[in-house]
Amino acid sequence: MNLNNAKKAVLPIMNLVRMQGVPILDQLHLEERLLRCDLKNWCIVNVGTPQPTIVMGISGKPSELINIKSVIHNQVPVIRRFTGGGTVIVDKETIFVTLICNREAVPLLQLYPQPIMSWTGMLYQDVLRDFGKFSLRENDYVFDNLKFGGNAQSITKNKWIHHTSFLWDYDARNMNCLKHPQRTPKYRSDRSHIEFLCRMKDIIPSKSIFIEKTLNSLQKHFVLQSIKLDDISNAPYAPSSRLLTRQELEHELLSTGA
Amino acid sequence: MASKFWASSAANALKISCSGTKISAFPALSRCFSSVLDGLKYTKSHEWVKHEGSVATVGITDHAQGHLGEVVFVELPEKGVAVTQGKGFGAVESVKATSDINCPISGEVIDVNTKLTETPGLINSSPYEDGWMIKVKPSSPSDLDSLLDSSSYTKHCEEEDAAH
Repeated sequence: MNLNNAKKAVLPIMNLVRMQGVPILDQLHLEERLLRCDLKNWCIVNVGTPQPTIVMGISGKPSELINIKSVIHNQVPVIRRFTGGGTVIVDKETIFVTLICNREAVPLLQLYPQPIMSWTGMLYQDVLRDFGKFSLRENDYVFDNLKFGGNAQSITKNKWIHHTSFLWDYDARNMNCLKHPQRTPKYRSDRSHIEFLCRMKDIIPSKSIFIEKTLNSLQKHFVLQSIKLDDISNAPYAPSSRLLTRQELEHELLSTGA
Repeated sequence: MASKFWASSAANALKISCSGTKISAFPALSRCFSSVLDGLKYTKSHEWVKHEGSVATVGITDHAQGHLGEVVFVELPEKGVAVTQGKGFGAVESVKATSDINCPISGEVIDVNTKLTETPGLINSSPYEDGWMIKVKPSSPSDLDSLLDSSSYTKHCEEEDAAH
């Protein structure tokens, strides 16, 4: 047995699911089910979601985070997801990468937010070292001081999920749906969304290069095993991620005057 | 179904109380001191339980709150809900992450700390007192026998931190 095979023999298996244009709500439902009902490690890559969609964290309040009138008028869907973190607006030019791992998957990793976030920072440092000055800055992925990826996590007793929405490209008009949040990282320095974000397409040659480099980096830690979406068993589970109704948004608008 | 106690985040500074769980001989470089109280029982997943007669009070430990960071939101069950030892009963949000809280003891929820609605940071500043989460009527008091006492839990925390 050569050395590479010997190393692979001790790496844990990670199932890889590659998707194209799966709606983000469906992706979140899949992720929550795999986190709660499955013991294996997973990597999910989804290139784009069909329509611009706002995704808030578990504790997100629409009145504080989105311009509700504009969102209702433009019929932009609003989702509250099961993980923590902030609010993003995603669309067909967003690349989603999700890691779902059991406790033993990454040796010596404590199942707390900061250690997990740091480990992913190292992973993407390896992916992006050739393209720009990447860093993990106050839990955001940035090139210099410009954010291009939003992160969120959920941690259970023996598993964790870390998912990222990468801004390959975005429509600046969509960002107008989002308010300036009350809680922002210091490095943002009161900049508007447009001033503090950047587009990956301006830095990395192609989506496929980014995705393949991500998978190559993951293969240093896991043996990737491709799985088709249709082959994932549909264990019964009631997900908590959900679409907010128009009635809920209108009620929030009326009750808060936001 | 859990009722969600939405918490507007107050800027509660992390307050770490020292009580001798010393990880390193170089405090300036060591991890935070974590307090562990005698008289409570603990889980390996860093919850505590205080059993007084027919009521068991549950929360998360100083070690847990220190590692989680500033808590900005807490999700707790409603009164009357059944909880099971070792299973999740709620969650806290900190640093872009939700973290499950697991129940040390089986029984029925008889009280919920509603102060955590507006001031989730109580979990950071007072994890063993004002930051209590739920009170449970135990269905099986022998559940406590499988939990850690203060010295076993202290050792568990030291071993866990040393390994990482």
